[in-house]
Amino acid sequence: MTTATDGPAPLEAADRYRAGVLKYAQMGYWAPDYEPRATDVLALFRITPQDGVDPEEAAAAVSGESSTATWTVVWTDRLTAADTYRAKAYKVEPVPNSPDQFFAYIAYDLDLFEPGSIANLTASIIGNVFGFKPLKALRLEDMRFPVAYVKTFDGPPTGIVVERERLDKFGRPLLGATIKPKLGLSSRNYGRVVYEALRGGLDFTKDDENINSQPFMHWRDRFLSCMEAVNRASAATGEVKGHYLNVTAGTMEDIYERAEFARDLGSVVIMIDLVIGYAAIQSISKWARRNDMVLHLHRAGASTYTRQKSHGISFRVIAKWMRLAGVDHIHAGTVVGKLEGDPDMIAGFYDILREPINPVDLRHGIYFEQDWASMRKVMPVASGGIHAGQMHQLLTYLGDDVILQFGGGTIGHPMGIQAGATANRVALEAMVLARNEGRDIWNEGPDILAAAARDCSPLRAALDTWGEITFDYTSTDTPDYVPTSTPS
Amino acid sequence: MRLTQGTFSFLPELSDEQIGAQVEYCLTRGWALSIEVTDDPHPRNTYWEMYGEPMFDLHDAAGVLMELASARATFPDHYIRINAFDSTQGWETVRLSFIVNRPAEEPGFELIRQEVEGRHLRYTLRSYATSRPEGERYP
Repeated sequence: MTTATDGPAPLEAADRYRAGVLKYAQMGYWAPDYEPRATDVLALFRITPQDGVDPEEAAAAVSGESSTATWTVVWTDRLTAADTYRAKAYKVEPVPNSPDQFFAYIAYDLDLFEPGSIANLTASIIGNVFGFKPLKALRLEDMRFPVAYVKTFDGPPTGIVVERERLDKFGRPLLGATIKPKLGLSSRNYGRVVYEALRGGLDFTKDDENINSQPFMHWRDRFLSCMEAVNRASAATGEVKGHYLNVTAGTMEDIYERAEFARDLGSVVIMIDLVIGYAAIQSISKWARRNDMVLHLHRAGASTYTRQKSHGISFRVIAKWMRLAGVDHIHAGTVVGKLEGDPDMIAGFYDILREPINPVDLRHGIYFEQDWASMRKVMPVASGGIHAGQMHQLLTYLGDDVILQFGGGTIGHPMGIQAGATANRVALEAMVLARNEGRDIWNEGPDILAAAARDCSPLRAALDTWGEITFDYTSTDTPDYVPTSTPS
Repeated sequence: MRLTQGTFSFLPELSDEQIGAQVEYCLTRGWALSIEVTDDPHPRNTYWEMYGEPMFDLHDAAGVLMELASARATFPDHYIRINAFDSTQGWETVRLSFIVNRPAEEPGFELIRQEVEGRHLRYTLRSYATSRPEGERYP
């Protein structure tokens, strides 16, 4: 355990500002006595210092490079309230079971950040420091935003409560499917898949992240075909249905044009990819708010920096940024599917998206208490390699306020797409009914599904086809405080 | 057609015992039960007729089932749903809503397409039942 006495003593002003190079810790970026203020933005970094660099100096360097510092002393600091603007590394702790890694806690004064701008926030916090030579690796693990800063963001344009009211769907997870194959279908055939899946019982279908406007299907054709399918399915069932029309495009002007066309056709939801960038996300979020539109975010690209524990950004931080930036849906893991996801880590992500306050919960990777100040809740989306046979596990792990997306598990059904959708809907409703009746669905789940399948041949066929399929790999992004492995 | 609004419309019709178990689930969470009735099941018809006020002070599933029996006797050929309302801050909304009565014949909806500029269509959903006046829509 590192203690306050390990750091160098502060310098007198004349020595502190003499031209030349000082250690960051000596410049004031290491402040073990500092008590973080309620209005500070807090960040937790996992640092792996180069050999010979002590952890306090590495933490001070991160603190300096993500706030006011440059590599050398500058006298112009003395024209500013430098002691306030300087970020302060106030605690360094060894990471359990990782001898060369340390957790560095850093506090930033609120005045360092422009209100309501994820772009500005991230330009500071992740702008320069990740390439910094004294560190072998650096990962942003968590952040705490003071209520004063949270209130400068609009947050989700719709939120879980209003989305459910608009859709008239309560008491169960929503069901979706991504249209497959994700590339190559013509709009006419693509709309057929949308219709079949919605008609069979899904609430939503979805464009995949890379369906924009390609030679085989231009975006206007896709929107027209999908909305015909959505409205046909709605008439056939009496339910509100939707298709996430992906409005991602090369420029913001194109994105707005596509969003407006989706609105004019009566779509309840549009979709964007994370790769459009933080400013673009906040822009389309404001548009969605003005146009009563649910905004779905596909986290395209996120795993490039979220997956490895030593370097990058934890997804929990992305989840916080996206709740502030204002999206209504975000893909946040399945636990049981084909994509990375430790159950404790994913529980933390879901709590960040859905809860009014997040208490500290080290097991779930939540290092700071976060008060969301009544900001609307984001609906997490579980997508990727899940099927009806896992319904008891999905409901147990993920709860009611989630969208379960069965792409292959709908479209690959041996009796057809409608049957695939019906199998998922029946499995879900049967499991919710049983849970509410007080049954132990974790253990009785397979029996509950088998009983429901007696009245539903599509569910029987789904269980026969996929009942045994699991993705049993060890997760890479795991808690530091409670080791677990991904269950099958 | 079968109207599939509500949490359990893809399952066989719930027995009173099953309905009672769901009501118990809601009561243990402090949610207030209410009964609503309509003969206009358009998916955007939010405001079904209230069959009495939400039962805020009722803590026994049997009481809800009695109200339901009364609603069914009065409106045997209407859609009837049970809603559970959660007054917790941050929710203040319906948390569970399921259909417990439906007409013998469900005529469904017509999809009206209006061709406008380009290939653009304006879609309207119309319930076949609502061509007759309120109260006379289901035999």
